[in-house]
Amino acid sequence: MYLARVVGNVVATIKHPFYEGRKLMLVQRLDLDHKPTSTYDVAVDDVQAGVGDFVLVFDEGTGARQILQAGNTAPVRAVIVGIVDETDICESS
Amino acid sequence: MKFAWVIGTLVSTRKAEGLEGVKFLIVQPLDERRLPSGEPYVAVDATRQAGLGELVFVVASREAALSLDESFVPVDAAIVGIVDDVHAPLLPEEE
Repeated sequence: MYLARVVGNVVATIKHPFYEGRKLMLVQRLDLDHKPTSTYDVAVDDVQAGVGDFVLVFDEGTGARQILQAGNTAPVRAVIVGIVDETDICESS
Repeated sequence: MKFAWVIGTLVSTRKAEGLEGVKFLIVQPLDERRLPSGEPYVAVDATRQAGLGELVFVVASREAALSLDESFVPVDAAIVGIVDDVHAPLLPEEE
């Protein structure tokens, strides 16, 4: 899992049946100082995230299918699984 | 999943079992601003409707094979959607 910020929405009418009715969001991975990295993803939202939200993204197929109860042939990997309130990083001495 | 542009088609008659009838397209990977980033590669078109020049999103690794009817196939990238619009107000414009 990794920290990310939701930076936008992705709209697609022609898509694989699994994605019908699922909200797709553009997320940008953040480093520990919450600064955007060059990694991004188009993720399925499972927690009603909004643009600008600070979120937790789960990026593994088997788990994603279980979280979304999507049967074992759904082509999904990245799922937004949480909205993060805060992080507290203790600096190594 | 990542964004990509469809830049070409690919036809192969002799190929691994299970890939009969599968549509191959050549795509240019894009970054979050849909600007080219990285080397073009070959993806199967699980929507079967993507055409040249279209902005699509691609799922990788095992999930790519799962997007096809016959899912025990050597496929590691699959187009699973054609993008109509990306509304990304929080993406800072180019400096």
